[in-house]
Amino acid sequence: MDSLASNKFNKANYTEFLNKYGMLIILVLLFISLSFKIEGFASIRNVLSILEQVSMFGIIAIGVTFAIVTGGIDLSGGSVVALASVVGATLVTGSEGYGMTIVAFGAALFVGSICGLINGTITAYGRIPPFIATLGMMTMARGMAQLFSDGRPVDASSDAFTSIGDGSVFGIPGLVIIYVLVAVVCHVMMSRMKFGRHVFAIGGNVKTARICGVNVEVTLVKVYVLAGALAGLAGAMLASRAYAGNPTFGNMWELDAIAAAVIGGTSLAGGVGSVAMCIVGALIIGVMNKGLNMLGVDPYWQQIIKGMIIISAVLLDAQKRKKA
Amino acid sequence: MTNSDSILEMINVSKTFPGVKALDKVNLTIRKGSIHALMGENGAGKSTLMKILYGLYSPDEGGEIFFDGKPFTPKAPIDAIRTGLAMVPQEISPSANLSVAANFFLGRELRRGFLMDHQAMNQETAKVLEELGIPMKVETLMQDVSVAKAQLLAIATAVSYDAKLIIMDEPTTALTESEVRHLYQIVRKVQQRGISIIYISHKLGEVFELADEVSVIRDGEYIGTKKTSEITKEALINMMVGREMDEMFVREKVEIGDSLLKVNNLSLPGKFEDISFDVKKGEVFGIAGLVGAGRSEVVEAIFGYKPAQSGDIYIHGKRIEIYKPMDAIKQRIGFVTEDRKLTGLMLNMSVTDNMVMPELTPYVKSGLISDELASNVAKTMKQQLRIKTPTVGTIIDNLSGGNQQKVLIARWLLLEPEILILDEPTKGIDVGAKAEIYKLIVELAKLGKAIIIVSSEMLELLSLSDRIMVMAEGKEMGVVDRAEATQELILEMAAGGDVPTEHAIEIDTTELSIEGVA
Repeated sequence: MDSLASNKFNKANYTEFLNKYGMLIILVLLFISLSFKIEGFASIRNVLSILEQVSMFGIIAIGVTFAIVTGGIDLSGGSVVALASVVGATLVTGSEGYGMTIVAFGAALFVGSICGLINGTITAYGRIPPFIATLGMMTMARGMAQLFSDGRPVDASSDAFTSIGDGSVFGIPGLVIIYVLVAVVCHVMMSRMKFGRHVFAIGGNVKTARICGVNVEVTLVKVYVLAGALAGLAGAMLASRAYAGNPTFGNMWELDAIAAAVIGGTSLAGGVGSVAMCIVGALIIGVMNKGLNMLGVDPYWQQIIKGMIIISAVLLDAQKRKKA
Repeated sequence: MTNSDSILEMINVSKTFPGVKALDKVNLTIRKGSIHALMGENGAGKSTLMKILYGLYSPDEGGEIFFDGKPFTPKAPIDAIRTGLAMVPQEISPSANLSVAANFFLGRELRRGFLMDHQAMNQETAKVLEELGIPMKVETLMQDVSVAKAQLLAIATAVSYDAKLIIMDEPTTALTESEVRHLYQIVRKVQQRGISIIYISHKLGEVFELADEVSVIRDGEYIGTKKTSEITKEALINMMVGREMDEMFVREKVEIGDSLLKVNNLSLPGKFEDISFDVKKGEVFGIAGLVGAGRSEVVEAIFGYKPAQSGDIYIHGKRIEIYKPMDAIKQRIGFVTEDRKLTGLMLNMSVTDNMVMPELTPYVKSGLISDELASNVAKTMKQQLRIKTPTVGTIIDNLSGGNQQKVLIARWLLLEPEILILDEPTKGIDVGAKAEIYKLIVELAKLGKAIIIVSSEMLELLSLSDRIMVMAEGKEMGVVDRAEATQELILEMAAGGDVPTEHAIEIDTTELSIEGVA
């Protein structure tokens, strides 16, 4: 009886270890094998370039992770990027100095937050499934971006503004610095603050959360506002990197963001997930994209491979839950 | 060994679950063409018995079951159905988006070639419904059909399977008086076709009206079978409750203080009406009633989970408004819900997280939750309540039911509640953990807390409560003092919905009390 119990716990520990670090191990193995295959893959320059590419959809993925942990989803991220990019670019273009840059970033965050506020309010108070609410926002935000910019790219000519996306501090690109800061703050929010604990409680069992006095509606609204704001931030980052806002920006980014969260082990059933693992998921996508590109793999094949990886990750999640 | 007038014979059938003997050598014989009522308290083992017959559980070795004279060992519901045994579950769950006829033929659709033969199915369904006298249009969508009609359709479906024996599990729970009458007629028509019926019920009135024979099981044991024409109500109640009184938990006396919680004319239409009571410091207040009597709904309303529509709640004589659980938590009311998995636990979170969720503020240091502080508090609780878990960081899903329940009680103890509501506090947990929870409840009463217990276990209520409020069909039937409370009295009151009121009064004056309850 005793040995049976301890066996069970050993097995549980082993599974827990794999659940926790499995994707990190895959990331490391993926990186090492590509480094052997491709010369210069492990160089600092290449690593920073991967991080820079990951940073923008990676930030959206963090917001999406919060939504998925509550048992929801946010599909509007990519379109919000487009809307925020044109709003930010319109404000900042022709200006000088950092004042207007701050305003442009602030406006992008604000626009994103409003989109999130609508998503959250409809989901929490209107009792509409978040899939539908954010699907609607996905279409609306894209339309608003087109309307606002008259369907054309908007120039973002401001040295101060573009220096964020183009510049670097001690060799580290500005976008990467923003990503790291956002990740640290969000990680702390999710794992160490009341808000984060309530997010898990809602995803774990919304009825119990209510009984424990969690204000489910307000928490959900906060989650979608956060997700929207982060998508808005990603939009400003992209505009500053591309020297322009564009209503076609961020196309399908929401899917990469969801993929990053899911590959990082965030359960679509809710209640499980972490910002740290979401970064690992985003990095797996980034490393893979870069590696396949440098290997000269046909882009069509790249999409097929990416799709397979997403499905495998979700299958793995389903298996885990079946065992539990 | 088998008897030719019996359709079903169960001999020495037992069923053991890990740690629990759900059925202990049960014998049950159903005569051909009879309506046979099966009675017993919640948890007596009725559903386990029926699940064995329906092939959902396999019985322990050593028992025998004969169906129509032949050995019967169903492995799945389909075996039972093929042999001629059909079940009408307590809660019907038809496919709401399909028609009456489509539900009637669900899983055995008639076809012509590759396509479904809707015409033939409609005709056949209409024919069976007409024969049984059930007025229903076969093309109506199930979502537009009342619960009562859905129940009748389920019976018709069972008949159409050429069932020789139909099990009906509390079919009248959700029906109105006239619907019940109609159901009785249909049940009798089914019987006239030579089909035998096992009729599970809590209601004495309908057992005497409908059944030819009645069997009672209690705590997994077969107590006996009687002809309804040869037994009195009182004798039947005695069969159901006649437990050894020395099994009872003996609690110590606690000094009862001033009134703490007062509830006045609390109503939620459709659920409960005009509920008034008060609970004093140090008092354990029980709420008794059958399933569906509205007990849980009353305590959910007090806690603000599903608030009442009218009525007042007073704490320490001051009227308070409770619209949501947070309002109750602020008044230091704790609430251990009836269904651990559904409304109690966050299954994929740790023991600590489950414990501290209602009030995280004490563990927050400069804006951040200190997991160390939280787990230290959880460890203390683990020791105090003797919760068996490897660590407080263990995911709560891995704990046994009794230990999960202790975690849930610990959750509310951490709030230092003045009022603690426990809905079915010992449901599905083993005897040892039960005794510990009983002791804990008395300890809490000693500390001057007001405790409300909702329970379907009569013995639990009788041994713990200072007073017991009995509910039936959403109404308050009365509050009984510990000294006067007997199982018989409470059962009579709880069945109040289907016995005339004069009868209930008559019972009050009858000498029925069993010694030793007080």
